[in-house]
Amino acid sequence: MEVIYFLVPMAVLIVVGIAAGLFWAVKSGQFDDLEGPAHQILMDDEVYPEEEPQKGDKEK
Amino acid sequence: MTGTNHENESCYHCGLPVPEGIDYHVKISGLERPMCCKGCESVARAIVDGGMENYYLHRTDKVGTVRELVPEALRQMEVYDRPEVQKSFVRHESGQVSEASLILEGIVCAACVWLNEQHLKSLPGVVDVQVNYSTHRALVRWDEQRTRLSKILKAITEIGYLAHPYDPSTHQRLLEKQRKDYLKRLGLAAALGMQVMMFAVAMYLGDWWGMEKEHRIFFQWISLGLTLPVFLYSGQPFYQAAWRDLRHGRAGMDVPITLGIGIAFAGSLVSIAQGSGHVYFDSVVMFIFFLLTARYLELAARKRASEHTEALIQSQAASAVRELGEDATEVVAAMELEPGDIVQVRPGETIPSDGVIIEGVSSVDESLLSGESRPLSKKSGDELVGGSINIDNFLRVRVTAAGQDSVLSTILQLVERAQAEKPGIARLADRVAGYFVAGILILATVTASWWWLNDPQQWLPVTISLLVVTCPCALSLATPAAITAATGNMIKHGLLASRGYALERLARATVLVFDKTGTLTHGTLKIGRIYCRDDVDEAFCLQIAAGLESRSEHPLARAFIDLEVAGGGLPEDFMNVPGGGLTGLINGTRYYLGNAAWVAEQSGQAMTGLEKRCELPGTRIFLADDKQALALFVLHDTIRPGAAELVQSLRNQGIEVKLYSGDDESAVGPVAHELGIETWQAGMLPADKLSSVRALQHEGHTVAMVGDGINDAPVLAGADVSIAIGEGARYAAAAADMVLLAKDLDVLEVGVNTVRKMMRIIRQNLFWALTYNIAAIPLAATGFIHPWMAALGMSASSLLVVANAMRLTR
Repeated sequence: MEVIYFLVPMAVLIVVGIAAGLFWAVKSGQFDDLEGPAHQILMDDEVYPEEEPQKGDKEK
Repeated sequence: MTGTNHENESCYHCGLPVPEGIDYHVKISGLERPMCCKGCESVARAIVDGGMENYYLHRTDKVGTVRELVPEALRQMEVYDRPEVQKSFVRHESGQVSEASLILEGIVCAACVWLNEQHLKSLPGVVDVQVNYSTHRALVRWDEQRTRLSKILKAITEIGYLAHPYDPSTHQRLLEKQRKDYLKRLGLAAALGMQVMMFAVAMYLGDWWGMEKEHRIFFQWISLGLTLPVFLYSGQPFYQAAWRDLRHGRAGMDVPITLGIGIAFAGSLVSIAQGSGHVYFDSVVMFIFFLLTARYLELAARKRASEHTEALIQSQAASAVRELGEDATEVVAAMELEPGDIVQVRPGETIPSDGVIIEGVSSVDESLLSGESRPLSKKSGDELVGGSINIDNFLRVRVTAAGQDSVLSTILQLVERAQAEKPGIARLADRVAGYFVAGILILATVTASWWWLNDPQQWLPVTISLLVVTCPCALSLATPAAITAATGNMIKHGLLASRGYALERLARATVLVFDKTGTLTHGTLKIGRIYCRDDVDEAFCLQIAAGLESRSEHPLARAFIDLEVAGGGLPEDFMNVPGGGLTGLINGTRYYLGNAAWVAEQSGQAMTGLEKRCELPGTRIFLADDKQALALFVLHDTIRPGAAELVQSLRNQGIEVKLYSGDDESAVGPVAHELGIETWQAGMLPADKLSSVRALQHEGHTVAMVGDGINDAPVLAGADVSIAIGEGARYAAAAADMVLLAKDLDVLEVGVNTVRKMMRIIRQNLFWALTYNIAAIPLAATGFIHPWMAALGMSASSLLVVANAMRLTR
C-alpha cells in the first residue's frame, strides 16, 4: 500500500493543475460569453464580419 | 494627553499609527484625540464641526487612509457642473431640483452611510440624500439655484470619502467582476472538493472495513491541505457577509453558515491534532460548494432577469454622424447631440437619439423598447426613438431629444429607481429571517451544551448539522429571486415597473380604472364614414381633403394624410384659420375644409343637408367649394388592439374595470359599450376622478389606475398603483409606478398575470422555506442528520426556491 504515498500526491498535483487551468480560463475570459461562440461557428464570416466583437476580449 | 509620546498611538480617525514628531489633535467626545496627518485632522474637524461626532461612537471600522485631495483634483470636480458633462448622469426634475447618482468610495460600515447622509443633508440647497450601503451608491437631489454638484462632491471629500458620478457601464463591469469571482471560487471548491470527498469515502469505508492508522492520518492531512484553500478562499463571501451583518447588530443568513463552516473546520483540526476523532472536511467543502452554487445561480438569474435592461443600456448608440451643412459631416458622441441637429443613420445602425425623419423611408426595429417584434415602417415626418435600429435604408433624422431627456434614458432611470427600492414583502422576509437566525443561534448553543453533557462524542456533528441545515437561505432568497424574475419578464413584454412596491400592489388590485378614453383608444382620429353629395365622387373628396390637410400641422390632419391618397396636388394660396379650418386653391378651384359653421360662412353654402344624413357620433369635418357643399367626413377614435380582450380577462380574474373620462358622453359611451365596461363616467374633471378613486379606496378596494399621465398626475398619484401608457412615458416618469411601453393593451393582462403568479410563487417559496427549516430543526437537534446530509438538504432547498422563481421568466 506504500504506493498511495506516491499516487495521492500525484492526484493532488493534478487537481492543482486543474484549479490553475480554471483560474486561467476565468481570467482570460473563456467564460465571458457562453452563448456567442456556439452561434458564431454557424455564421459565415463573409456575411457577418462584425459579429461577436467581444471575442478574445482580455481583462485589463 | 500631552502629545509627547506617540510611539503607541494610532490615529483616532483612520487607525494608522501616528508618525514620530507629528502633533495633530482634534477634540472629539471631550478628549483630545491624536491624528496622524493633516488630512485626517481636517476630516475629523469637519465631522466634529458639523455636529456629527456620533459617527465615532457608532462606527465599527476605521476608514483606513484618508485621501488628501490636491487642489487640482478639487478643481476637476467643477467639470461636473458643466451641462454637457452632466447630461448622462443628472436628471432635472420640476423647478430647479436635479438628481444624480454617485458612487461613493471608502464606505466600510453603516456609520459611513449615516455620516455621508448627515453631512450632505446639512448642506444648504441639498434636498435629499439616500446612500445605498450594499451598492455604495448615493442618490442626491439638490436645488440648482442654491448649490452645485461640484460643491456636493467636494463636501464628500471633506469628510474623507470620494464620490464619482455613476456611469452604468462601470456598474456593468462590477457585476461582471463579481460573476468571475464567484466562478473561480466555485471552480476551486468543485475541483478540490471532489478530492476531499474521495478521501472521505475512503475513510468512511475504513471505519467499516478497518484501516491502518498511518493511512488514516495521511488521508486526514491530505484532506486538510485540500480543504484549506476552499475554506479560506471559496468560503470568503459568506464570512464577509456574516461579518458585515454582525457589525450591524443584525443576524443574517450568513451568520449560521459561517459558524457552521467554522466549527466543522476547527473541530476537524482538533481531531487531527489529538490524533483521534472524526474529521468533517467533506462537509465543509460540500457545504461551501453547494451554497456557492445556489448563490451563483441566483446571481446568474439576476443577470438574466436584468438582461433586457442591459440590452437597453447597450442599445444606446455611442456615436452619431452629424451634418455640418452642405455635404460635410462629423462623427460626434451621441451624448453631445442637441435637439435640432441633423444626423445620418445608415442601415443597420442604431438611431442615436429621439428624432423625426426628414428624409428617407425605412423600417425600424423598436423591439427593445416596446416589445413589438415586427419592424415598423417609418417615413418622412415619423418619430423615431433613440436606441431602435434602422433596418433597410439610409435616413436623415432631425434630433428632437437627446441624452438625459430621451425616452431610452428615462426608461433606464425608472428601472434603476425600481431596483433601488425593496417591496414590503421582501423587507418582511428579511426581518423574519433575522429573528429566525437569532433563534437558531440560541437553539444551537442549547443543543451543543446538552450533547456536551450527555454525549460528548456527538456534540460537534450535531451542532454542525443544526447550524447548517437550518440556515434560512431559502427564506432570504425566496422573495428577491421571484421579484427579479417577474420584473425581467414584464420588461420583456413592454411593461416597466418604476417603483419597488408596484408589483405587489398590482397583484392585489381589485379595481382597475382607465382614466381616459385615450388609453383604451388610440387617441388619434380615423375617418369613420364619408357622406358625399350624390353627384360627387368619394375618392375625389378625399383627394382634395388630403391635399389641403397635407399643409396642416393639426392632429386631425393625420387622419387624412395617413390614407396616402395621391393626386390631390398641393394647394396654392393656402390658409389655415385656427378654430375654423383650411382653405386653398387646388386645380384652380377654392375649397374649404373645416367645421360646419366656418365652412358654411366661407363658402356661403348651407351644410344642413349633409348634416341631417349623418347620425353617427364623432368629430365632423365638412368640405365645400364656392358653389356647393361637397362632403362630410365623420372622424372617430379607434379602440386599441387588445383592449376588449383585456377588459374581458381582467373581469374573469375578478378585477372590476371602470372608465373615468374627461371626454363628453358621446365619445365615452360607445367605447365603454363596445368594450363591455359597465361602470363609466364621462365629463369628469381630474378632481372628480381623484375623489371617485378615494371613494373606492374607502370601500376597501385597491385601485390601479391606467392613464396617459400628462394631465392626470394627481389621479395617478392618488391611486394605489398607477400605470402610464407608453407615449406618455416621458411626462409620466415622475408620477407613475409603472409604464406600459408596448402598443398593445393586453400586455397589461400579462402584467397582472405575472405579478399574481409572482405573489403565488413568493408565498410558495416562503411556505416551503419555513416548513423545511422548522421541520429540520428537531431532526438535526436530536442527531438524526449527519453534517453532509445537512449540507445537501440546505443547498437543495435554496436551489429549489431559485428554480421556482425562475418559472416566472418563462
